[in-house]
Amino acid sequence: MAGFLLRRLANYVVLCLVATFLAFTLASLTFDPLAKLNERNPPPPASVIEAKRRDLRLDEPVPQRFVAWMSGVARGDFGNTATDQPITAELGRRVGVSLRLFLIGTLLGVTLGVLVGVVSAVRQYRFGDYFATLFSFLVLSTPVFLIGTLLKFGALRLNQGFGFTVLYFTGEADPSFQGGWAAALLDRLRHLVLPTLAIALHQIAFYSRYQRSAMLDVLGSDFLRTAQAKGLTRRRALFRHGLRTALIPMATLFAFSFGLLITGGVFTERIFGWFGMGDWLVYGVEQQDTNIVATVTLFVAVLVLVSGWLSDVLYAALDPRVRV
Amino acid sequence: MTLDDTDSAGTSGAAGGGPVDASVEPTRALTRSRLVVRRFLRNRLALVGLVVIALLYVLAFASPMFAPWTHAQQDYTAFLRPPGGSHWFGTTQIGEDVFAQTMRGLQKSLTIGLLVGVISTAMAALVGATAGYFGGWVDRVLMWLVDLLLVLPSFLIISIASPAFRGRSWLLFVVLLALFGWMMTARIVRGMTMTLREREFVKAARFMGQSPLRIIVRHIVPNMASLLIIDATINVGAAVLAETGLSYFGFGVQPPDVSLGTLIAAGTRSALTFPWLFLFAGGFLVVTVLSVNWVGDGLRDALDPTSTRARRRERRRRRVDAGPTTPTTQSAPTTQSASTAPSASTPSIGSSHRPQSTDDGSAG
Repeated sequence: MAGFLLRRLANYVVLCLVATFLAFTLASLTFDPLAKLNERNPPPPASVIEAKRRDLRLDEPVPQRFVAWMSGVARGDFGNTATDQPITAELGRRVGVSLRLFLIGTLLGVTLGVLVGVVSAVRQYRFGDYFATLFSFLVLSTPVFLIGTLLKFGALRLNQGFGFTVLYFTGEADPSFQGGWAAALLDRLRHLVLPTLAIALHQIAFYSRYQRSAMLDVLGSDFLRTAQAKGLTRRRALFRHGLRTALIPMATLFAFSFGLLITGGVFTERIFGWFGMGDWLVYGVEQQDTNIVATVTLFVAVLVLVSGWLSDVLYAALDPRVRV
Repeated sequence: MTLDDTDSAGTSGAAGGGPVDASVEPTRALTRSRLVVRRFLRNRLALVGLVVIALLYVLAFASPMFAPWTHAQQDYTAFLRPPGGSHWFGTTQIGEDVFAQTMRGLQKSLTIGLLVGVISTAMAALVGATAGYFGGWVDRVLMWLVDLLLVLPSFLIISIASPAFRGRSWLLFVVLLALFGWMMTARIVRGMTMTLREREFVKAARFMGQSPLRIIVRHIVPNMASLLIIDATINVGAAVLAETGLSYFGFGVQPPDVSLGTLIAAGTRSALTFPWLFLFAGGFLVVTVLSVNWVGDGLRDALDPTSTRARRRERRRRRVDAGPTTPTTQSAPTTQSASTAPSASTPSIGSSHRPQSTDDGSAG
C-alpha cells in the first residue's frame, strides 16, 4: 500500500517536472520578450536592448535557461517578471486567492454533485431526476465565461431589487474596507459567493452525471439485495454498501477532471477580477512573460499532482483490493 | 406503474415508441444499420438535437443570402440599437449588425468544432490502437504521453502557443486544438484494442502475415466504429467549448475572423447595460453544444445498447417485474445479461439467434 502510493508519487513528480519544462520551452520559443522594447518610440539605444537580452539570458539555449530558472525555484526564487518585479513577492498572495476559490469550489461541487447524483439515481425517472438531468446537460453545455457573465447579470438585478449591494462581482475583497474581523469575513463572503458558484455549478453538473450512472450500476447489484436481505434497512444498505462502491470510479474521475477545474478557474478569476494564478497566466501570455507562465504551469502541475495523488489515496481507502 | 411497465417491457432503447413498433414490420429483414437508425429515431431528444444542428448549419451558411445587412456593413444611423426593425439582433457600438456578426461567428465555430472533433478522434483511434496493439514499451511511452498531456491542461498549452499563430490562418488553431484533444478517447480505444487483439480474426490476419499498420487500420479500428462515432460527436461539443474559451481571451480565432467566443468576449465588456451584444451569441453557443451532446447521447444508446442508459432501462424493467406482478408479465430470468437488451425489443432477431431471450412473451 505505502509502496503503491510512493511509486505513484514518484511518477507524478517526474510528470510535473517534464510538464513545466515543456511549458517553459514552448513559452521561450513562441514569446518575444523584446517586442515591447523594440516597439518603443523613440527606439531605445542598442545597448539597452542588448543589456535586456543578456538579462533575460536570451542567447543561451533553452534547456540551460530552464536549469537556471529551476535552480532558482529550488532556492525559492522564481525570477523576475518582464517589468523587473520579483515573482516570489506576488506568488504567495496569488496562490492564496486561487486556492481559496478552488478548494471551496471543489468541496462544494464534489459534495453536492455526489449528493445530486445519488438522489437522482435512487429516485430515477421522478421529477427530481429529470430536473437534475436537464440542469446538468444545460450547465455542461454552457462555458464558464458565459455562466460567469450571467451570474454577474443576475447579481446586478438582485442588487437593484434590494436597493443596495448584496453580492459583489468585482474583486475578492473591498480595498477601502474598514471594520472588525467579523465584518471583514462577511465582506469576503459577499465577494466569494458568485465566483465560487461559477466554479461549483460546473462541478456539480459533471460529478452528478457520473455519480448517477455509478449508483445505478450498484443499485441493481446482488450484494445490495443481500445486504437488505440480512436485515439492513434500505437507507443503511444504500449508504454503507451502495454509496461506498459507487464512489470508487469517482476517485479516478477526480484526478482527470482537475484540469477542467483549473481552466474554469482562469475564466472565473478573469471575469470577477480576482488576481489569482489564472489571471496571472492570461496576463503572462499577453505580456509574453516566460517566467510568469512557467511559474503558473508549475503551480498547475503541482495541483494536478496533489489531486492525482489524493485520488490514489481515496481509491485505496475505498477499494480494499488495492491495499494488498 | 402499469403504463410504465408496458412501455419499458416493449422498448429497451428509449422512451416513447411503445411495444407496437417492435413487431410492426417483422417481415422486412432487420439489418444492424436499420436497427440502429430505428433506435436513434426513437430517442426524441437526440432527434431534436440532430434537427437543431442541421438547422444551425443551414442558418449559419444560408442567412447571409437573405439577411438585410452583411457583417462588413456599418449602419451609421443606428449605434447600440436594441433588437428590432431591420437589425434583428440589434447593433454594436460602431453600427455593425449583430445578427450578421453572430451568423459569421456561428459559421466559424461550427466549422472548427466539426474539423477538430473528426481529426482528434482519428488521432485518438490511431494512437490508442497502436498502444493497445503493440503493448510493451510502445504502450508505456504513449500512455505516459497521455498522462503528461492530462497534467498540462490543453487550455494552458494552447494559450502559451497562441503568439505563434497570431496573424496566421485559423487552420493552425484547428490543428493545435486537435493535437491536444485526443487523450481521453485514446485511453478508451487502447483498452478496447487490448481485448480485440486476442480475437480470432486479428490473430488470423497476423498469422497470414499482414503488417501491423494494416491490421490496425483494416481490422481493429473498424471494429470500434460505434465507439469512435460516439466520441467524435462528443469531441465536437468539447471542441466548440474549447475554441470559444480560447477565443474569449484572444488566444484562439484572430481578427479579422470572428467566432462565437470573440463575439461573446466583445459583448461582455458592456454586457450589463447592452445585453443583446452577447446574449444571442451565447444562446447560439449553448444551443449548439447542447444539441451535439444530445445527439452523442442518443448515438450511444442506439449504437451501444449495452452501455449506460439502455441497460438502465433493462434493469428497471427487471425490478418492476420482480415486484408485484401484473398478469401480463412473467418474471424475467435473473440470469439474463445486459447484452440481451436489444433482443428483448425486437422479437425477430431475438427468436432467430438469441436463445436466452425467453421473455419475449411479455413484450407482445
